[in-house]
Amino acid sequence: MSVAGGFSTLDRLRDFFYGLLEVRDRLRERGVKWPRPLEGVQTGTVRVKVGFPAMLKRGVIMDVTNVEQAEVAEDAGAVGVMVLDKLPYDVRRAGGVARMADLKMIEEVMAHITIPVSAKVRIGHYYEAVLLEAIGVDLIDESEVLTPVDEQHHINKWLFTVPFVNGCRELCEALRRISEGASMIRSKGEAGTGNVAEAVKHFKALYSAVEELAAAYRSGDEERLRDYARRCQVPIELVALTARMGRLPVVTFAAGGIATPADAALMMWLGADGVFVGSGIFKSQDPRQRAEAIVLATAHWDDPETVVEAQKMVSEKSAMLGIDVRTLKPEELLQTRGV
Amino acid sequence: MKVGIVALQGDVEEHAEAFRKAAAELGIAVEVVEVKKPRQLEEVRALALTGGESTTIGILAKRAGLIEPVRKAAEGGLPTLGTCAGAVLLAREVRDAVVGETGQPTIGVMDIAVVRNAFGRQRESFEAELEVEGFGKIRAVFIRAPAVVKAWGSAKPLAPVRHASLGLIYTAAVEGNILATAFHPELTTTAFHRRVLEMALGRA
Repeated sequence: MSVAGGFSTLDRLRDFFYGLLEVRDRLRERGVKWPRPLEGVQTGTVRVKVGFPAMLKRGVIMDVTNVEQAEVAEDAGAVGVMVLDKLPYDVRRAGGVARMADLKMIEEVMAHITIPVSAKVRIGHYYEAVLLEAIGVDLIDESEVLTPVDEQHHINKWLFTVPFVNGCRELCEALRRISEGASMIRSKGEAGTGNVAEAVKHFKALYSAVEELAAAYRSGDEERLRDYARRCQVPIELVALTARMGRLPVVTFAAGGIATPADAALMMWLGADGVFVGSGIFKSQDPRQRAEAIVLATAHWDDPETVVEAQKMVSEKSAMLGIDVRTLKPEELLQTRGV
Repeated sequence: MKVGIVALQGDVEEHAEAFRKAAAELGIAVEVVEVKKPRQLEEVRALALTGGESTTIGILAKRAGLIEPVRKAAEGGLPTLGTCAGAVLLAREVRDAVVGETGQPTIGVMDIAVVRNAFGRQRESFEAELEVEGFGKIRAVFIRAPAVVKAWGSAKPLAPVRHASLGLIYTAAVEGNILATAFHPELTTTAFHRRVLEMALGRA
């Protein structure tokens, strides 16, 4: 007997297919429309790349180094995780060259959790970014926490489909990163110190400059906007947009030294759209409660009652040991890398 | 008229802007308020559930005691719009494309089943032209979007498309006063917010 089961089987099959065609024609006559594939599908457009961080607003992205920590973060209500080889605190202690995390570890995290997965690449390292895009990471952080490979240039982020987040200490730096294609901005702070002082300084610098530009825009002082664009080496259109909106034109998170619920609420109060927490959670003695508490304080930052509740969920005795930024030597500072 | 946005996490400002524009188009005055606590729900005449992370919003809503009040309000006829994560929260059945069962807290008022991250990861996020019954042709932005794979009872699936691996799926659904979209209308159009406002006015 043949594979198809002989001529009689083939005849029955043919009748069956003709029957299907008749059903289709009858459905068409009744006006039933066949579902069409989507038209004009475009991936990686500006709307898609800038729209993604908008969905992370009022949320917390947590640094993790393995699947177990990623699951703790997800259960606590994080809007995303950042997979690293070492937490910034350990990067400081280990010294040497800090690079992108293991791709295998990143893939393992992606297979176990449903929330977005981000990872860091070295400043200027195009190929680490190509690899992360290839394995499907949701957001790439071009980060000063890793050792920069290009002292002069950042990655041209317009070349990628995946959105990028970059750090900044003040407005000029933020606008340069946006003009290179960053879809999201974060403060640099001083990572791995458990000291939020630098992040506060950067947010205040950012927003006092935005406020000045907004005032210039309101008074129709185009000359000042032009001067600012020239000084920062960014397009005047981007400066004008920032001035008109009265805020950075992309989602802006706080990062660097956030270790307690109150730290997170403070950064939201200073105008952050959300927060990154690095060493603060998994370098503490109470990561589960701390992760939950920081999520709660970030979402309800404008309600002191709830932030009190969040702050009470953690103990200062369990918090990560902080490092006073003033005790760091200039060469130990991470925030000065890649401006 | 006061309209509310469940403002625990996600693109609250984009929804607020869409409501304001829609109100201007209809020539009515609305005040957009954030809903983070049950009592803030009492005075609103329409409600939006934002895009964001459905697990995060679910966890925070449960902690804030918002799940039951929102369910009661939606079942009681409050015009409600859920986009992306919001649609996931409104669905009675939720599954994830990668990890399967999620067990996440949801509001569960619509007779629909959704698959989270149905189109893939952020790399696969896209915008496209979409024909939505009753809303016309729109530009739709899908960001790590879910898909409606089944609807039963009085829920009506909208905007069918062919999906490479899932087969026939729907990108929106409506059940009485509740509207869910897998995409983000708040980023491109006011049509859906306008419909919710019209429902609140008793015109739709």
